[in-house]
Amino acid sequence: MENLADQIINGLQLGLMYALIALGYTMVYGVVKLINFAHGDVFMVGAFVGYFGFTQWGMSVPLAVLTAMVVCSALGVIIERIAYRPLRYAPKIAALISALGVSLFLEFFSSLKFVFGPNYRVVQRPFEEVHWNVLGLNITNIQVIVFVTVLIMLALLQFLIYRTKVGMAMRTVSVDHNAARLMGVNVDNTISMTFAIGSAFAAAGGVLYAIAYPQIHPFMGIMPGLKAFTAAVLGGIGIIPGAVLGAIIMGQVETLTSAFLSSQLRDAIAFFILILVLLVRPTGILGRNEPDKV
Amino acid sequence: MPDKNRKKFIIVLIATIAVYAVIRVLEGTEIINPYWQRVLDQALIMTMGALGLSIIYGFTGQFSLGHAAFFGLGAYSAGLFAKLYNSDHSMFLFIVSLLIGAAVAGLLALLIGLPILRLRSDYLGIATLGFGIIVKVGMDNSNKLISALGGATGMSGTPQIANFDWLFIFLILIVLFVRNFVYSSYGRACTAVREDEIAADVLGINTTKIKVMAFVLGCALAGMAGGMYAHRYPFLHPSSFDFLKSFDFLLVVVLGGLGSITGTVVTAIAWVFLLEVLRFVLGETFIDFRGVIYALILIVAIIMRPQGIFSGKEVGFLVPKPFDTLVGRKDGVNAGSGS
Repeated sequence: MENLADQIINGLQLGLMYALIALGYTMVYGVVKLINFAHGDVFMVGAFVGYFGFTQWGMSVPLAVLTAMVVCSALGVIIERIAYRPLRYAPKIAALISALGVSLFLEFFSSLKFVFGPNYRVVQRPFEEVHWNVLGLNITNIQVIVFVTVLIMLALLQFLIYRTKVGMAMRTVSVDHNAARLMGVNVDNTISMTFAIGSAFAAAGGVLYAIAYPQIHPFMGIMPGLKAFTAAVLGGIGIIPGAVLGAIIMGQVETLTSAFLSSQLRDAIAFFILILVLLVRPTGILGRNEPDKV
Repeated sequence: MPDKNRKKFIIVLIATIAVYAVIRVLEGTEIINPYWQRVLDQALIMTMGALGLSIIYGFTGQFSLGHAAFFGLGAYSAGLFAKLYNSDHSMFLFIVSLLIGAAVAGLLALLIGLPILRLRSDYLGIATLGFGIIVKVGMDNSNKLISALGGATGMSGTPQIANFDWLFIFLILIVLFVRNFVYSSYGRACTAVREDEIAADVLGINTTKIKVMAFVLGCALAGMAGGMYAHRYPFLHPSSFDFLKSFDFLLVVVLGGLGSITGTVVTAIAWVFLLEVLRFVLGETFIDFRGVIYALILIVAIIMRPQGIFSGKEVGFLVPKPFDTLVGRKDGVNAGSGS
């Protein structure tokens, strides 16, 4: 039983990190209805910037996280401006292909020798991992850091979206671009803002990921990106609490299958559950099932 | 057969034979060396698989991100069959194993398609992507069930029968098949479903049946292309059939222009060659930049032609008589990209 409880905590750690990435997918999908395939690679860039921050530039961990967030929000805004904005009113699939292109670009560009280099890097943690025994549970200081950071960020996001003007603009744009424009919302700026916030969250996730699973490389964003995105769909894409819920489920399924069934079947079972959920709820767990319009 | 159609048929026949002859002559004079021959063969296989996705997504509008899984299923099942009956490399067994590849992929497409094809757009894409990942995990662990499949270490030992001649003949047959399907009443129904599923339903089209049929057909074509792959390249590995490969098929179909057979064929061949030409042009010193340039070309191409290169247009001979006045016009049968 203790082992099960430990695994649930491990799963929660993974799930919360997925949640940070999934939020970016779901927010972007909310405002522009685009699956931003490059998001996983923004997460990778965040992990690298954070890594350089606390190993080579002598930053403290919080400062490294902030730096990564700033760099990645700028990156997110630039990506949107160059690769997605020209295609905003083109068929949706065109922007999706462009996103694939950006994803490949970030991966291969990062692999160049004068950028991050193609090799795996082992992350030297800025602090030692400490194990605590709380009520028979095995908890590490890294898990505490992940839980606290993610909860603070989620609270921040909640505040931002429901209590500020920017958040209100984002909610308006997600309903209808033209109506938002008529209400005096600057749609372009709001979309840029959404990319900036989403990318900043991915960057924070990236740095935490690099500390928790200390190995980074230019293609590290593909699988977590895919899982996070699946989590967003599982919860109902475009719906923020759905992304968090989906991510937590995804983290649990993955950790529990590798602990008690087989680590090789981990991905298969996670996606099998996704397909089953979609068959029962075709728009995700919290998704609204809109009736067909003629 | 009306006179004009017969004339068109003869012209196309001559053109096809001419293309074949030119390639064979270039091969004979060693302007096309074995390396480029491999690239060309790969381009033809890519085209076959992409035509399958063209039916599913380009003509029926069903977003699939798991096409490579069916390609891989075809490759593994055809490869396994041919490997187990290794005794004689007969043409008959080659054809049978291709059909087995197509049948296995088609059957699985039917089983998975029936439940998931009622999902819409992005949700369907994710469900098929998930299926692709499940298949990939299955391939990685396949040696636990049948040791000949090799699992994560890959499979070799399939007799290498498919050469350029076979690939060329099959590609021509598949192009003709896809053309005839697209302009049959079933194909018209597919286009109707793509343009507006509810309207198609109201017109009395059994949309579920049409969607499943297009999906099974497209996946069976992918399976057949996979069978070709197994008979042309001696080493099969699960990582050749993962979701990144599915994206390759998708970008070929989209860049070519949804709802265009010409677009899919031209783009598939051009895309495979682009990768190899880049390797050649960049040389040893700049080879690292290959992926970067490839990605940039992709982004620039889609921004310049968001509707695809051939968006709904066809080369004349791919359009049968009663439709040839409609295609390519704005209000024509293939207009619109059905997003």
